[in-house]
Amino acid sequence: MSSIATAERYHQPHAASVFRAGKMGIWWFLASEIMVFGGLIGSYLLFRWASAGAWSEMAHHVNIVIGSINTFVLLTSSLTMVMAHAAIEDENRGRARLYLGLTVLLGMMFMGFKAFEYAGEIAQGFTPLAGTFWSFYYLMTGLHGLHVLVGIIANFALWVMAVRGNLWPNVHQRVEYSGLYWHFVDVVWIFLFPLLYLSY
Amino acid sequence: MATWFPKNISTYGADIDAMFWLIFYIVGVGFIISEAVILYAIFRHRKRDGRRAAFLNGEKMSEFAWVLVPTAIVFVLDLGIDFAGSSAWHKVKGEAPPTDIHVIVTGKQFNWNFTYPGPDAKFGTDDDLTIENELHVPINKPVRLVIKSDDVIHSFFVPTLRLKQDAVPGREIPAWFEATATGEYEIACAELCGYGHYTMRGFLFVHSSEDYANWLAERWPTS
Amino acid sequence: MTAHAASEIMHEEKLSFWRKYVFSVDHKVIGKQYLFLSLFMALVGGALAYLLRWQIAWPETAVPGAGWIPEPTAFGGIIPPEFYNAIVTMHGTIMVFFVAMPLLLGALGNFLLPLMLGARDMAFPRLNMMSFWTIFLASLVLLSSFFVPQGAAAAGWTGYAPLSADATYSGVQWGQTLWILALALEFTSFLMGGINFLTTTITMRAPGMSMFRLPIMVWMQIIAAIVFMLSVGPLIAGAVMLLVDQTAGTGFFMPQRGGDPLLWQHLFWFFGHPEVYVVLLPGIGAILEIMPVFARKPIFGYRPIVYSTIVAAALSFIVWAHHMFISGMNFKLVMPFSITTILISVPFTIIVLAMIATLWKGALRFPSPMLFAVGTLAVFIIGGITGIFLGSAPADIFLHDTSFVVAHFHYTLFSSVIFGGFAGLYFWYPKMFGRMLNETLGKIHFWFTLIFFNLVFTPMFLVGLGGQMRRIYNPTQYDFLKPQQPINEFITIAAIILFLGQIPFIINFFWSMFKGRVAENNPWQANTLEWSAPSPPPHGNFLTAPAVYRGPYVYSAPEMQEDWAPQNQPA
Ligand code: HEA
Ligand code: HEA
Ligand code: CUA
Ligand SMILES: [Cu+2]
Repeated sequence: MSSIATAERYHQPHAASVFRAGKMGIWWFLASEIMVFGGLIGSYLLFRWASAGAWSEMAHHVNIVIGSINTFVLLTSSLTMVMAHAAIEDENRGRARLYLGLTVLLGMMFMGFKAFEYAGEIAQGFTPLAGTFWSFYYLMTGLHGLHVLVGIIANFALWVMAVRGNLWPNVHQRVEYSGLYWHFVDVVWIFLFPLLYLSY
Repeated sequence: MATWFPKNISTYGADIDAMFWLIFYIVGVGFIISEAVILYAIFRHRKRDGRRAAFLNGEKMSEFAWVLVPTAIVFVLDLGIDFAGSSAWHKVKGEAPPTDIHVIVTGKQFNWNFTYPGPDAKFGTDDDLTIENELHVPINKPVRLVIKSDDVIHSFFVPTLRLKQDAVPGREIPAWFEATATGEYEIACAELCGYGHYTMRGFLFVHSSEDYANWLAERWPTS
Repeated sequence: MTAHAASEIMHEEKLSFWRKYVFSVDHKVIGKQYLFLSLFMALVGGALAYLLRWQIAWPETAVPGAGWIPEPTAFGGIIPPEFYNAIVTMHGTIMVFFVAMPLLLGALGNFLLPLMLGARDMAFPRLNMMSFWTIFLASLVLLSSFFVPQGAAAAGWTGYAPLSADATYSGVQWGQTLWILALALEFTSFLMGGINFLTTTITMRAPGMSMFRLPIMVWMQIIAAIVFMLSVGPLIAGAVMLLVDQTAGTGFFMPQRGGDPLLWQHLFWFFGHPEVYVVLLPGIGAILEIMPVFARKPIFGYRPIVYSTIVAAALSFIVWAHHMFISGMNFKLVMPFSITTILISVPFTIIVLAMIATLWKGALRFPSPMLFAVGTLAVFIIGGITGIFLGSAPADIFLHDTSFVVAHFHYTLFSSVIFGGFAGLYFWYPKMFGRMLNETLGKIHFWFTLIFFNLVFTPMFLVGLGGQMRRIYNPTQYDFLKPQQPINEFITIAAIILFLGQIPFIINFFWSMFKGRVAENNPWQANTLEWSAPSPPPHGNFLTAPAVYRGPYVYSAPEMQEDWAPQNQPA
């Protein structure tokens, strides 16, 4: 039977050589993360449409200046992350250390600004209980902040390994994985920023 | 099985029941045919000495047509169910017929409150009257309801009317019905709403026109 | 790779007890851990079913054997309404999240995937181990909620807000919070598992194992994993919102604080409907592996089944509002959802008919795995077609939240999870434990389960048509339900026998593990790769790295002498 003949044809594995398991895993992980933030953003949008006036009034009280600075900080950190990855590929250990360190610092800067911003808002009485907009604001930025924190820790660990010199030769691809994650965190912020700060 | 449904006393109840029976006959046929084929195969296609299983892998279109043709039929029947359903749905949940009988139904743990606007036909005035767990309506007249909740989600369920509508806090959900038989019927809560969910029982009184007038006169004696 | 696998096997001897059986990274050990967890939870869920069935049949009488439950949870075996709601909630939660998923994906998926692919293990063995210990923790959290003040969660397995969001409504504070935590942990566990399933399937297939030579079980597992992954995200977000509503006082789902209760329902069902297919597909996958083996026939329409499954999986993302037809959502959006729901029967018709055609003109034998497989199919059809009634919005006005729904979803869930799960267990037990299950006990178990399952749940359709609501503590409160009470009693008696009917299985399961007939590598003469490994396979699975030369279902091909051709047999 001809169908058997086709079935007998020997296929080469297209597997291992094309995809690296680790990278694949990170992508699947990010796909599920996208759905978490997607659900959150979707809910936020539904509320926004439903309660036109009241929300934009509340949205006026977020701190656009700090928000913008933080956007800049996070974008820059994505850049340094890319540089770190490039340095790893070139096996330039000095530059890898430098850029990993910078990425960590920028991440911490972002968190610092964010904390300052929270403090200011809470001082004005805009706590998470001050209305649904604020509940969403704290939930979305808070969850994002947690992700930034995780990224900082991961990059810091890589930086320590880079300083000690044991990032090479076996685990240097972790910088790429961490980078993918870090860019994702950045992209989430790119969505949150206009939604929370610019849409009144 | 026809007797298993509670008696129907609403104008649209028959449409809902008809939907059920339409689907019942369609899927019933599908059910009997598919189970019958399974049974046939179980008994007739057992392993026997000297007989080899047929090598059918469905890769030839002529073979797979045995699946595709029934599937196409199912597809067409599905569309039929959808069309029939659409008109029934709009009849029940769509625009209510005009009427002068309006009642606000409020679910709260664990009672149904029915608010009548009184003679001035306006809610929010002094002559409003709220009755616990009793809904009084006249026969053969559309009744418009606004369904609300004070606390959690309840579901206003009158089996004989084939009427079910969730009561959601923060929303005012319209509903309507027209009863076709007088009598006393039970109202239930169909959505889990706490430990007293099962006690959230009320009564629907469908009166003849005269009785309803009397009831009104009793409740609002001054007018 | 061969050398590697061999060294791995030698290495195995040196592992400590803890590393070998408890914190093992071997996918087979992890799969068994999932199996034991799910069977234990099935016992708990079944016991809860017993309690709730007794209460429905003989309301407010002492449940035999429940006298030990301390006050104020129960009173000398008499269940109060608060506890009844907790029982229903925990029964549903346990059965769906702690039986169905760990059994079908955790146990069968973990055990089979690498073996069927011809891989040595999962792509991320340590992540795999973590996923098990995460669900283990989740189970502890969930079970512990029975013992906290005010008892376990009592807002239904769907946890509708605001009832679930504020303890003043439900009377349950801690239980409700622990319920959310347990679910969040469970979701995390299966996200980790899903990443592993997908990555393993894509990157670790044996040479020659193209996507369309995959055993269909693998397809079902990875489609289920993708569906889970893409649907659970919004509910994770929702769970966080519910958690802060409960504990911090925000109002995402509380109207008086500016929130919307229906948002929870949308988030829950956007996940909830795909979720029921997550626990359906692996069950279907299991019986599709079993049928060709005992029919000695190829699967009829392998590719159409795969395509139909993908279509059904995609459609499952746009039907969720069929759980909300009368929730007060925009009534004009209802019909579109009703249409997509009913159309989902099209891909399922293809799948079901293809299964039937696989039996057609086979050389059928009926050892217990096959009995359960055919039982799954026969029972699932009833579950599927009753879904059509519910999918029709006008019919659902009456049927929603009645026992009709309960009967529908037991016909679907029980078929895929319990029948399908048992089919899989009976089939792969020899591979898992190296011994055969006892056939006689298996047959007794099957007939008890089949007969009494139907006696429990067919009358439940009738009770539902009579109007009996779900989650009702005492149906005799209502006059219109009183005449049906004898049926409720009948159902309960049947349910008790159904439960007792599981005893032959429990005996068989443990007895055969030690005393059963030693299994050959390939006791069923099946084609897929797992049967070419030793029974049970050692750490590293295959003694020589397998290569694949053909599809998995070449049975009774006309030009062959034998009526089967293993995937790894050179042409
Ligand atoms: C494994 C689980 C599973 C599966 C597979 C299904 C499958 C389906 N379900 Fe079910 N469902 C649940 C589990 C499942 N369901 C659960 C748990 C609930 C309740 C949740 C709760 O509220 O607690 C529920 C509730 C539920 C509702 C909400 C009811 C309500 O609350 O009011 C609806 C409504 O549309 C529905 C519809 C369907 C449909 C159309 C299918 C379809 O996929 C079925 C398709 C299959 C077939 C159609 C059979 C094969 C075809 C043939 C044999 C050919 C003949 C067919 C025809 C002629 C049409 N289900
Ligand atoms: C997979 C899912 C599943 C399974 C298998 C079952 C099994 C059973 N269910 Fe359940 N049920 C649900 C999922 C499930 N249920 C869900 C989701 C709900 C909705 C909850 C809600 O409304 O919130 C529900 C609700 C529900 C209700 C409605 C309650 C109400 O609305 O008031 C009823 C009533 O009769 C019921 C009864 C039963 C019975 C009698 C069984 C019997 O079949 C049980 C038989 C016993 C077993 C199957 C266990 C056997 C044990 C083993 C096999 C272990 C062997 C162990 C070793 C080897 C160690 N269930
Ligand atoms: Cu009110 Cu249930
Ligand atoms: Cu559904």
